[in-house]
Amino acid sequence: MGNGTLETAAPTEARSRNRFRDGGRWMGFASAVPPALVAAWLLSLLPRVSEGRPVLWAVDWAPTLGVSLAFRIDGLALLFGLLVSGIGVVIMLYAGSYLKGHVHLGRFFLYMTAFMFSMLGLVLADDAVALFVFWELTTVTSFLLIGFTHTDPKSRRNALQALLLTGGGGLALLAGLLLMGLESGTLRLSAMDPVLIQGSALLPGIIVLVLLGCFTKSAQFPFHFWLPNAMSAPTPVSAYLHSATMVKAGIYLLARLSPTLGGDPLWVWSLTVAGALTAVIGAAWALRQTDLKQMLAWTTVMALGALTLLLAGSAPISLAAAMTFLVVHALYKATLFMVVGILDHEAGTRERDKLAGLARAMPLTAAAAVLAAFSMGGFPPFLGFIGKELKYEGALALVAAPGVAAFGLVLASAGMVAVAGMIAIDPFFGRQRKSVSARPHDPPKSMLAGPLLLAGLGLAFGLAPGVISGPLVQPAVTSVLGGPATVKLALWHGINLPLVLSIATFTLGVLFYIFRTPVVAGLNAFVGRLPMTGERAYDGWLAGLKALAAWQTRILQGGHLRVYMATTLGAVVALTLFTLFWADALALPAAGSPSLSILGVTVAVTAAAGAAIVVTTRSRLAAIGALGIVGTAVAVLFLMHGAVDVATTQFLVETLVVVLLAAALVRLPRLTQTPRRNRRARLRDGILSVGAGLTVTLVMLAVLAEPFDRRVTDFFEAAAWPEAFGRNIVNVILVDFRALDTFGEIAVVAVAGMGAYALLKGGMAVPKQPIESLILRTATRGLAALLAVFAVFMLLRGHNDPGGGFIAGLIAATGFTLLALAHGVGLARQALGGAPRIVALSGLGIALLSGLAGALAGGAPFEGLWLFLGGDPAAGDKGIPLSTVLVFDIGVFLVVVGSVLAIVFGLEEEA
Amino acid sequence: MSAAWLLFLPIALPFAGAVLAFIAGRAGDRRAPQWVNVGTTALMTLVSLLLLSAVWRDGPQAIQMGGWAAPFGITLVADILGAVMVVITALSGLAVAVYAMADIDEGRAKLGWHALYLVLLAGVTGAFLTGDLFNLYVWFEVMLIASFCLLVLGGDKAQLDGGLRYVALNLVATVMFLMAIGLLYGLTGTLNMADLHVTLKTVDAPGLVTTIAVLFLGAFGIKSAVFPLFFWLPASYHVPPVAVSAIFAALLTKVGVYALIRLFTLVFTADVDYTHGILLVIAGATMVTGVLGAAAQNQVRKILSFHIISQIGYMVMGLALYTPLALLGAVFYLVHHIIVKANLFLVGGVAKRITGSFELDRIGGLYKAKPWLAVLFLIPALSLAGIPPLSGFWAKLVLIEASLEVEAWVIAGVALVVGLLTVFSMSKIWLEAFWKPHPDGDAAVGAVALTRGETVALVAPIVLLASITVIIGLAPQPFLDLAARSAQELLAPEAYVRVVLGGLP
Repeated sequence: MGNGTLETAAPTEARSRNRFRDGGRWMGFASAVPPALVAAWLLSLLPRVSEGRPVLWAVDWAPTLGVSLAFRIDGLALLFGLLVSGIGVVIMLYAGSYLKGHVHLGRFFLYMTAFMFSMLGLVLADDAVALFVFWELTTVTSFLLIGFTHTDPKSRRNALQALLLTGGGGLALLAGLLLMGLESGTLRLSAMDPVLIQGSALLPGIIVLVLLGCFTKSAQFPFHFWLPNAMSAPTPVSAYLHSATMVKAGIYLLARLSPTLGGDPLWVWSLTVAGALTAVIGAAWALRQTDLKQMLAWTTVMALGALTLLLAGSAPISLAAAMTFLVVHALYKATLFMVVGILDHEAGTRERDKLAGLARAMPLTAAAAVLAAFSMGGFPPFLGFIGKELKYEGALALVAAPGVAAFGLVLASAGMVAVAGMIAIDPFFGRQRKSVSARPHDPPKSMLAGPLLLAGLGLAFGLAPGVISGPLVQPAVTSVLGGPATVKLALWHGINLPLVLSIATFTLGVLFYIFRTPVVAGLNAFVGRLPMTGERAYDGWLAGLKALAAWQTRILQGGHLRVYMATTLGAVVALTLFTLFWADALALPAAGSPSLSILGVTVAVTAAAGAAIVVTTRSRLAAIGALGIVGTAVAVLFLMHGAVDVATTQFLVETLVVVLLAAALVRLPRLTQTPRRNRRARLRDGILSVGAGLTVTLVMLAVLAEPFDRRVTDFFEAAAWPEAFGRNIVNVILVDFRALDTFGEIAVVAVAGMGAYALLKGGMAVPKQPIESLILRTATRGLAALLAVFAVFMLLRGHNDPGGGFIAGLIAATGFTLLALAHGVGLARQALGGAPRIVALSGLGIALLSGLAGALAGGAPFEGLWLFLGGDPAAGDKGIPLSTVLVFDIGVFLVVVGSVLAIVFGLEEEA
Repeated sequence: MSAAWLLFLPIALPFAGAVLAFIAGRAGDRRAPQWVNVGTTALMTLVSLLLLSAVWRDGPQAIQMGGWAAPFGITLVADILGAVMVVITALSGLAVAVYAMADIDEGRAKLGWHALYLVLLAGVTGAFLTGDLFNLYVWFEVMLIASFCLLVLGGDKAQLDGGLRYVALNLVATVMFLMAIGLLYGLTGTLNMADLHVTLKTVDAPGLVTTIAVLFLGAFGIKSAVFPLFFWLPASYHVPPVAVSAIFAALLTKVGVYALIRLFTLVFTADVDYTHGILLVIAGATMVTGVLGAAAQNQVRKILSFHIISQIGYMVMGLALYTPLALLGAVFYLVHHIIVKANLFLVGGVAKRITGSFELDRIGGLYKAKPWLAVLFLIPALSLAGIPPLSGFWAKLVLIEASLEVEAWVIAGVALVVGLLTVFSMSKIWLEAFWKPHPDGDAAVGAVALTRGETVALVAPIVLLASITVIIGLAPQPFLDLAARSAQELLAPEAYVRVVLGGLP
């Protein structure tokens, strides 16, 4: 299934290698130093750890969350740490030559080193959150490395696939770890009390979540398919991350959590079933591959399945088998990957049927391959043999279905024997094929040293298993078991069931190898008839997700403002209305209050009628006029409630708005056709509008049914004159009590002026002639002057009588507008003495300064500073008041004048 | 500096800067406005940090504007949440102001872009510092008008179209907000939020209070762009210049979220089961619909815009769960998100400069040509996706732990799955813009060379924001401390209420 992947990936990799430049090997040497140092350091800890004294180191990281950077090196951590760092040394050296001269070599080693430290952090961490942090870092670095040949679409696709699968599993793992933390009261893995967790009602959930994390990371069925696809990474990456280290992270965590979560039937069965299926599938699929790297990837899947299966149990022998096989696998698998990389490098292909007879040209490579293959096939006296015997012994000691597990392992191991033959015999022996590129030979020493060393270790440890059993495997098993264990590794165990199974395996494996052509054909036929594979499920899932996203976006964000408006308004109104009834908040004010006057009703009906015209008319001017009616009616309502200032402002604003809108609309092209909406849309909008109005009315009535708290109102009435020196309460509120509100609002006005001006000048400006009317022209100069004087008068008296900056500003603006309409903008601008927007912003600045004055004088901002000129305290006459409050109102005045005129001039001015 | 200055200057400075920038710009020097802008935002940053340190040291700070005691005048008040938000506003404001030096053309600058930008910041700061509900409305209006003008300024048809949608839908929020204030005032006779906290306990109409609370929830829901009220955001954020998108992305919705947090911890806490229950549903729906929206997009700024929505869901989730840990998460998330989101838009803008488009199928090749940009993109992108050890990881971690703690399994599951979908939709930008070769060949990358000045202006803010993301990620504890104190204050607002109403210094 991954064949297509590699056929396109391999040439790309080859191409980038064609651009080899000098240098790069030193980078490999340099990058090998850190792992070498780490490995040496870890080896120095070996005596202490194998005595059962773990190394601890912790520092608080996020104490609020109970998270610390805690590390604990026990037997298990040490075993993994040594694998990560030891194999790291070999791979870095190898990669330096393999990728020599690659344009992105620096990045490559950066990612590899980052990965290595993340992986070390993962296996050494004792804090669950810290472990997760490193876990995710390995995912990210793996993503960057799988997509290293990023110009190839397949590489990108496979990188994303690995990211999503392992990332998704990672998130599940996080939830699982956090739940373990909550249930046990600590995030320290070593301090989590198995009793608390095993007794938790959440145990099944925790197990499922943790297993999702481990199974995705370690490529267990049904998530296994990302791993072979990840082979689009450069071969050193595959050798390191996707066989020896990262994919073992899930295995590591299963082992690490075994004392806490193990033993539960859900755990045992999940591991057994997933492990056995993965092992068998991995072996079967490995046989089907024609690309040697793919073949190795699938054998990794098989190995991971076997490891998971062995970790299902908690018998010391199963665990010992798992830990030993871990070492075996790391040694031969890294070797074989490097060998395949060398073949690819030298012969230009990794296709099984194109390679043969290379042993003469590449004797050392062939030696490494054969040594590793022996270990892989489990032949004595290699460590692989011991590993396999232990595997069978361990499988037979499992709790759940030991017979089936052992049978599965025999099948899978037989597959391994055949695969070992295909990798170590086929390419190197027999007659060399012509298709192979000219003159293959052994690669440089730095590329060969690693494979030979690791393969040699596979033999050495097999001959002297005591070297690893005591110091490495036994402490690791002790950690997983949570208690002391004795592990003895030996080649000869006597004649027992495992030996019988071993012999069966060899026989079966050799048969598989000899009849490989029909076996593969049969497997292919079988696979072709499978209804579903993980890969296809992933593709389907992704396609479904994209379709869902597109569908949802079409529905939700379809691009029609009408729909947006209706939904927005409808949702809020519906929720409010529902709450009103649900919370039983409906109430009516007591009879008689508020009184309904005839005038009030008339005004309300007028306003409603105006609104009705706005929404039904086809004429723009009629709509504007009707809008004016609504505004005026509202102004009358203000008047009826004694708010003269507010009403005046409203009147003036309404007038100006109508004039400005009309002036703007005159420039628009005539509507030839009024867009008519269909009846359903109109009905919907109608219901919505009525519903919104009704809802607000109902809530309002309920509010009116409650008594009104007059505290603030009473204070304003009481304090306005004695404390704020103003009789016009509205103005005092505006410029003093709530001056900050006013300040904000004039900023709004000023910005509106700027914005409108910018829009008008930014658009297409049509030359505009002043209105030709002699009467208008003669009258306006005088009228404008009069309005200006009147405005100043209104401004100054505002604090005590109706007036103030807003009203005065609107009056003055009207005067200038008249001037502009009659005599052109030029004159009006001249009369104003500056650009309107400058006037407006200066006003804003003045208002701000008046506010700052209060603070500069040691009080609060906007605190009024008063100076009374020539007062007669005895007569109760304070004199002529000068105050920062007045200055503030002048600022308001200027802002209003400037902003209105910015709009007017923008409309009237030529472009 | 006294409390009065510390509280008032963050609002007064940008206003003064706006006036100065506009007048200086008109006076002739075409570079003056942008330097005024950068200077002002730098000063704001300084003052806001002083404010935060004062609040951290002495507890909530308040001043009564005009010297009128609460609840009669308007109170400016800063607790940890308010002060933190002001700091982050100033900081992101500074970053984007620097970026704007190279991003905003002369035409826009002449029309008052820098002044409008500063007014926007003033509005945002005002919203974070006010203790008065109507005053909050005023600041919302300031923000709305300033943001609308920034959206359409110097604009083409697309900008006007986006601007229209933006303003029309936001006006619905404005109307709702105003009505809700009127109704609440009718019920209680006060606008001061601390006073409302006290007064509402004596109001004998619980159902009515809840109804009004829901109306506020609707108004702020629109502002925060939660489901199903978010339409205005994806309709408009991709049209203006990058600097505008970035500051909008950083701040606008967050003011809505802040207002939700403030009101639904200080004022409306009588029927938490109902109101916060609604919030929790909204939070989940917002996360899911937002991230799916992002997954459907193929344009950098549209993807990022939908992500804002999705991320808002996380913050609302923190408020909705209403536990100390959850609120801590909400506050932490706010801070993290502002930094990261602004930065992603800035990086997107640079990517566009180099590759020529925001459309993913028309760009590529950045990884090979500009590795430094790849790093600068990866930091905020991975952080947004919640990858450790960056700021977003801690934000999500806290919220997920908070939901697990109260056994809110569904929302925890949603938060986790949406996290994965976030990875998916962010990876699209990486795969297409960075890894994929440019469809027009390698030469198309960086065809338009940037001057050194432009490069500095565009990249320095990105580096600044990315460093903050990394710092929060590596050393989260100080930020967790802040957020924890804030959560504490929000759940027990006695000190806040006392400093507002008691007139204590």
